[in-house]
Amino acid sequence: MRNDITRTDVEDFLFREAALLDEWKLEEWLGLLTEDAAYYVPPNDHPEGDHRTTLFILADDIVRIRERVKRLMSPDCHAEYPHSRTRRMISNVRIVGVDGEFVTVAANFICNRFRRYERVREYVGAYRYVLKRVGDDFRIKERRIIIDAHELGSLGAVSFIL
Amino acid sequence: MARSYIVDDPERKRFLLDRETLVSETVLREEQERIFSKCWIYVGHSSELKQPNDFVTRRVAGRPVIFNRDMRGEIHCFLNTCRHRGAVVCTEREGSRRAFRCIYHGWAYRNDGALGQVPGEEAYKGEFDKSGLGLRKPAKFESYRDFWFLNLDPDAPALRDYLGGATDYIDLVIDQSPSARMEIVAGAQEYDVAANWKLMVENSVDDYHLPSTHATWLAYMANSGVKIERPTEGRVLPTKGLAVDLGNGHFTTDNVNFRGRPVAAWIPIYGEEAKPEMEEIRRELWARVGPERAQRIADTNRNLVIFPNLVINDGSSVTVRTFFPDGAGKMHVSAWALGPVEESESARARRLDAFLTFYGPGGFATPDDVEALELVQQGLANWQDDRWTEMSRGMGREGDQLNSDEHHLRIFWRKWNQMMEAA
Repeated sequence: MRNDITRTDVEDFLFREAALLDEWKLEEWLGLLTEDAAYYVPPNDHPEGDHRTTLFILADDIVRIRERVKRLMSPDCHAEYPHSRTRRMISNVRIVGVDGEFVTVAANFICNRFRRYERVREYVGAYRYVLKRVGDDFRIKERRIIIDAHELGSLGAVSFIL
Repeated sequence: MARSYIVDDPERKRFLLDRETLVSETVLREEQERIFSKCWIYVGHSSELKQPNDFVTRRVAGRPVIFNRDMRGEIHCFLNTCRHRGAVVCTEREGSRRAFRCIYHGWAYRNDGALGQVPGEEAYKGEFDKSGLGLRKPAKFESYRDFWFLNLDPDAPALRDYLGGATDYIDLVIDQSPSARMEIVAGAQEYDVAANWKLMVENSVDDYHLPSTHATWLAYMANSGVKIERPTEGRVLPTKGLAVDLGNGHFTTDNVNFRGRPVAAWIPIYGEEAKPEMEEIRRELWARVGPERAQRIADTNRNLVIFPNLVINDGSSVTVRTFFPDGAGKMHVSAWALGPVEESESARARRLDAFLTFYGPGGFATPDDVEALELVQQGLANWQDDRWTEMSRGMGREGDQLNSDEHHLRIFWRKWNQMMEAA
């Protein structure tokens, strides 16, 4: 990869990730993560909180991310079986910091989730990623998903990879 | 005398529940009057109001309230509605305020509830008495060891009498703290479930569902090196667990722990590095309360229901959870984590991490509970043609009652039915 990372490089990567998640290719998605990756969804009322002192909706290290994928691919994961259909729209992608091999990225997203007989659930918010440059590509070191809704409310759960 | 919604037949050892209780808007209206306006309803915890003037706003059984400390530090609960025309007077979720000012016409209330400034006050003639126009309070507002409850019935018994035997189980949670002070941790989980609120009561103590509903959580525990014994003889999980009637419609499970506990039963998920500190927590606990009580605190887990809608789960972590109906087929849930105030940073982090292994909208278990309750509610669209829910499991069992039976669910429904009939 060139020295000067462009927004397009980052967008291409985020779009690739979004496609894997929407297609439920979660094993393949795991391949986009670093060996020490973390995945956070802060609580609606403390979006800037620290997961060590604040109760999050979800705070996974790589071990639990892998366990989560096992769970999600099991037919015994009742909240996601049959799988939701999701469709992610990602925009306003910005590179907000570069520190050596790490690139901090901000983006907006809408993720629409559909289940049979249910109204659409629309998750809206901001992504904040720390990407690690690996050759000509990236790996995700941290993905933090900040939901704009004041409470989860009718969104109900974050039972899939948001 | 209203009709009975249950068939309670000890002779034939059958207990049936009329599914109309879970779908009917009429029943819901009657519940508002006969349950939610008669019982003690959880409002909040003292620790949420650290300083004088601190406040939080929330809905308690559907009613917007202000839960706050006044300038002198005294804790109050006010109905969050202006005495003038009814608008909500405090719109912020939390903060610190000496006064609440209605945006509509500017009536301002001190944080002890008294009505202060009224713009253009001279226009009121006759018997306009500001001293009678302070923010309205619920009929009663009392606490048990920092847990605050309101009651809308002026004739209600004192909170302490209402809680009865449940206080022993609240104490087991509080005694985890060396100073007997627990606190609500920042970060609320607030989510809706498309199901009748009473299904959440059942689900919170129903251990019969664990192996089927939570198969993936059990697999996660097993993958993480947690040993789970498969029980025999009609027991499901865990190998030894009881359902205990605490009187007044309260009940709890009381189970031998197998799942790891922040206070203080190590499991591999916590990591090797956590072992020394967890051993120290155990030593402190054993020295402070003695071996018998320490074992009850650390080596059992308990899901406690305070009738009608407060659940304290002291399991993989401690969660305080309350919920109220928004229509017969929908509820709003609020859940928080509770921990000792003096907990170290690493112990607190472990407690919160342990919470997320099981509980909450991103946990490995709660979303499947929610799914189960929503599937029940969907299925209940057939209620008129398949009217009765079967709730006889373990009925007639002698001696100890099992957590995986439906003894404790029947306790809830008997109390509920009695209150609904009493009107």
